[in-house]
Amino acid sequence: MSAPVIAAQGLTKRYGKATVVDGITFDVAKGEIFGLLGPNGAGKTTTILMMLGLTEVSGGEIRVLDHDPVRDPLAVKRRVGYLPDQVGFYDNLTAADNLAYTARLMGIPARERAKRLSDALARVRLADVAEKRVATFSRGMRQRLGLAEIVMKGAEIAILDEPTSGLDPQATIEFLEMIEGLKREGVTVLLSSHLLDQVQRVCDRVALFQGGRIVLMGTVAELARQVLGAGLVVEVEADAATDLVARFAAIPGVNSVARSGTDRYRLTADRDVRPEAARAVVAANGALRRLSVDDPSLGAIYARFFQRQASSEEGARDAA
Amino acid sequence: MRREGSPWQGLGPVFVKELSDHISSVRMLVLEILIIVIACAVVYVAIDGIRQTTAEDPFILLKLFTTGGSSPLSLLVILGFLIPLMAIALGFDAVNGEHNGRTMSRILSQPIYRDALLAGKFLAGLATLAIALLCLWLLVVGLGIIFLGVPPGGEEVARSLVFLLITLAYAGTWLALAILLSIVFRSAATAVLVALGLWLFLSLIWPLMVPGFASLISPPDPRYVLFGLPTPATVEWEHMLRSISPNELFNGAAISLLAPDTRAIGTVYMSQLQGAIMGSPLPLSESLAIAWPQAVALIAGVIVLFVAGYVVFQRQEVRA
Repeated sequence: MSAPVIAAQGLTKRYGKATVVDGITFDVAKGEIFGLLGPNGAGKTTTILMMLGLTEVSGGEIRVLDHDPVRDPLAVKRRVGYLPDQVGFYDNLTAADNLAYTARLMGIPARERAKRLSDALARVRLADVAEKRVATFSRGMRQRLGLAEIVMKGAEIAILDEPTSGLDPQATIEFLEMIEGLKREGVTVLLSSHLLDQVQRVCDRVALFQGGRIVLMGTVAELARQVLGAGLVVEVEADAATDLVARFAAIPGVNSVARSGTDRYRLTADRDVRPEAARAVVAANGALRRLSVDDPSLGAIYARFFQRQASSEEGARDAA
Repeated sequence: MRREGSPWQGLGPVFVKELSDHISSVRMLVLEILIIVIACAVVYVAIDGIRQTTAEDPFILLKLFTTGGSSPLSLLVILGFLIPLMAIALGFDAVNGEHNGRTMSRILSQPIYRDALLAGKFLAGLATLAIALLCLWLLVVGLGIIFLGVPPGGEEVARSLVFLLITLAYAGTWLALAILLSIVFRSAATAVLVALGLWLFLSLIWPLMVPGFASLISPPDPRYVLFGLPTPATVEWEHMLRSISPNELFNGAAISLLAPDTRAIGTVYMSQLQGAIMGSPLPLSESLAIAWPQAVALIAGVIVLFVAGYVVFQRQEVRA
């Protein structure tokens, strides 16, 4: 792995006595999509603002593209694009005029401006409404215009705060595709969200925030192993004269087999055991009707994690 | 800790954008029409009066600003009253408008410091006011030339141009105040109400309260009262308290420039009248010396209010 583009060490933010971000440490590698997950108020946006030098750091250290955003925010902001939560534009200006203003603020040379602006608008499929006032735009179009701004900037890191909240499903899918497009161009993407299935769909790694701390971090599969225990659940639907449970249990890697109904089996395994399971059914002369593997869903991980935490807190209370 | 990069980066684009917003806004158009219509009416009445009364006056053009003809309202009074309104209209939503439109974090994530945003907004407001005032000045001088048929002398032009600069300082004070309020109050409605409240208080109510306060602080001496004369110490206090209002400062400075026979603002001492030929005009340099304290106070007001806004803005959180 190359040197991280974002590196936080014990990053802390306090407002008076309240600690909003409490000593978090994480690295983001170049070219990955990193998800910041967690309930509202868990410190995701504050962390983002500290990365951009838009709010002061109370403790710890953060480096973005090898710059210190506290001391040299301009160098960071020149190379990082930010799409805020519920991004706003000047409603009385057209989409193109809005971007032209930020293009000048970015310091894009005058001769490149028009081309980069129209390219960016075409990228997010807003070219045909470029001369319409932003007041007439839907939420999805505004988000896409915000993304166009990042594209126009030629940002190396794109920080997107809740980019898909409030979008309809179609707009969400389109937006996620555009995010993946950024990744293909080598842009590092930092995505904050509380919409778990979307994060799971696009993110390489996620960090789960709670109460200002990162409580879990890693790929979705890693989190699943940590939280849900053994990895995969394989479901088999098959008819057979002989008992399949024993045969399934004999497959190496299978930890347990549960039978539900007459012909359904749930296998919990360390790895994907579908080929072996199929072979076992065929060997028993059975009729295999369905064979599926449950991907560990971030939703399940999330729910289980907070459930476990709640029960352990309850346990602690009972003991006390 | 020193930050790196120029605080002025992005000042130009912010200035140009804000200026074009102001000039094309309906709000500004309405105010400009209001001021121009009122000013034309007042000047017309004044011209009528001047034609009938003044036989020969070396400063006939300046009379246009200070006399109201048959009505008690002169252009000076009208300007003193309406310029704050214009400045407040330009500044009251300068910063909170960006917060409420959710554009603030997007703009500040561009490679600029907050300094550039605030300074650009202030300078654009000031430039708008300067343009409006210059138009008004040309209009008045033009009307004077057409209807009075007297070409303006060099000193008259010089005096009225200095008056224009002082008017701009007066407008700048109110603009800086309006911008400060737009930083302090998140709601534009609150900011505009507080600004209008201060405007009414300082221009209408405060002058009425001053005599009472002055005689409270420094009770009139019975020896003076016996002869029906004002006590010098009380009058001095009155003058000082009056000067809290930018309106009074503006009037004082303007009168000493526009009425060249003005020998002092506030209390006139015997020493100032020694050897004076009553009603004879002072040279421009002397009039400037008389107006200087008031002018400096107005400029200081601009700086103090702007710096106060700057300090609050730098410490403000970007998030709504």
